Amino acid sequence: MIDDQFVPAAFTGEDLACHRGGRLVFAGLDFEVSPGNALVLRGANGSGKTTLLRLMASLARPATGTLFWGGAVVDDPEAHARRLRFVGHLDAIKLAQTVAENLVFWRALWCGPANEKIVGEAMGALGMAHLADFPVRHLSAGQRHRLALARVIAAPAPLWLLDEPGNALDEKSLAALSQMITVHRARGGMVIFASHGAAFVNDSETLDLGQFAATHVSHWSDDL
Amino acid sequence: MNAFVILAGRDLRLALRQSGDSLIVVAFFAIATVLFPFGVGPEAAVLARIAVGVVWVTALLAALLSLDRIFAMDFEDGTLDQLVLSGHPLPLVVLAKVAAHWLTTGVPLILLSPILAVTMRLPAAGYGTLILALVLGTPTVSLIGAVGAALVLGTRRGGVLLSLLVLPLYVPVLIFGTAAVEAAIIGRPTEPMLMVLGGLALLALTLSPWAAGAALRQAVE
Repeated sequence: MIDDQFVPAAFTGEDLACHRGGRLVFAGLDFEVSPGNALVLRGANGSGKTTLLRLMASLARPATGTLFWGGAVVDDPEAHARRLRFVGHLDAIKLAQTVAENLVFWRALWCGPANEKIVGEAMGALGMAHLADFPVRHLSAGQRHRLALARVIAAPAPLWLLDEPGNALDEKSLAALSQMITVHRARGGMVIFASHGAAFVNDSETLDLGQFAATHVSHWSDDL
Repeated sequence: MNAFVILAGRDLRLALRQSGDSLIVVAFFAIATVLFPFGVGPEAAVLARIAVGVVWVTALLAALLSLDRIFAMDFEDGTLDQLVLSGHPLPLVVLAKVAAHWLTTGVPLILLSPILAVTMRLPAAGYGTLILALVLGTPTVSLIGAVGAALVLGTRRGGVLLSLLVLPLYVPVLIFGTAAVEAAIIGRPTEPMLMVLGGLALLALTLSPWAAGAALRQAVE
């Protein structure tokens, strides 16, 4: 099921730099993802994986550098937001609602009319169909995270930005995550995710943030 | 427009399911107002003189209690990130949330105000205008409050800061809101004051969604 909004195009960034708390987190960072590809962000804690993902989502602005979508500069955050789905550390779900209610709301807000079938498929893909009418309040952390991932399927968009999507997931859910990424890529979708162990994705490219770390001077002071 | 209905609808449903939040605001309004007859004595003439001001001030303070609810919970659970990424203009998102806030706090305050005015011995001629003035004034309270609530997101002790930011901005609403009711009580025309209240509401409607939207974008960064 592919919506009108599903138009993948190469997503690139050039010479990106970002400050956080007065510190330069990374600088001179380039990346490129073309339709059907996956990019894994690697790096130590604090190397800026989350910062880079938020920057790619246009939630944050880079200190320098530019993002391009299909060769055109990304300058309209709203238009850019419609092309992507972001799953961060916070699950953005309301505990007072049921699993299905949470999904239907985001589906309706992002993609217009709620589509029962696709919402059902999304819950099925992450093994949550039997929890549809269950209040989120009683779900475990892993189940809540699966719900956040199901939302990405319920409202299709070409670019997925996932911040450590494997966190809190059991083996079966990791397989489901791997499967949903494979299906997404097969139809031309792109995935960029931060991870410490990317066993759940085949033939992905890797971007090591360590090499763009701006504060570490050691790697060139060794030569002096 | 569709997004407005979806978003406001969800906030209303959540507020109904967690109705305790709205009840606290209404209860505060009732208790704070009822304290005044105990404080200044039951003498009808004294109470009647201060009735309008007391009802308005306690209504503003009660509304202030509820302001952090507009965005703070969404900020904490990550919903705000996803709303910013909804692809809809942020002022529209703000307006939907303000509408839900007004319906769940402004409207209950308006409905309760005549009853509390009775305990304050408000003269009979003032009731209609009191309700009308609150109907025109409370949307402004929610709209200005939304800007303050968006600005203090992520700060420590945001609630205290919020009251310092927002209460001074409520002064015009308070002045014209009470003036309208006092004019009604002494039999003078109330239209000028009510029109100013309406004008303030329109001004807040045109400015605050954009200001709050900019503050929200700043907050998620």
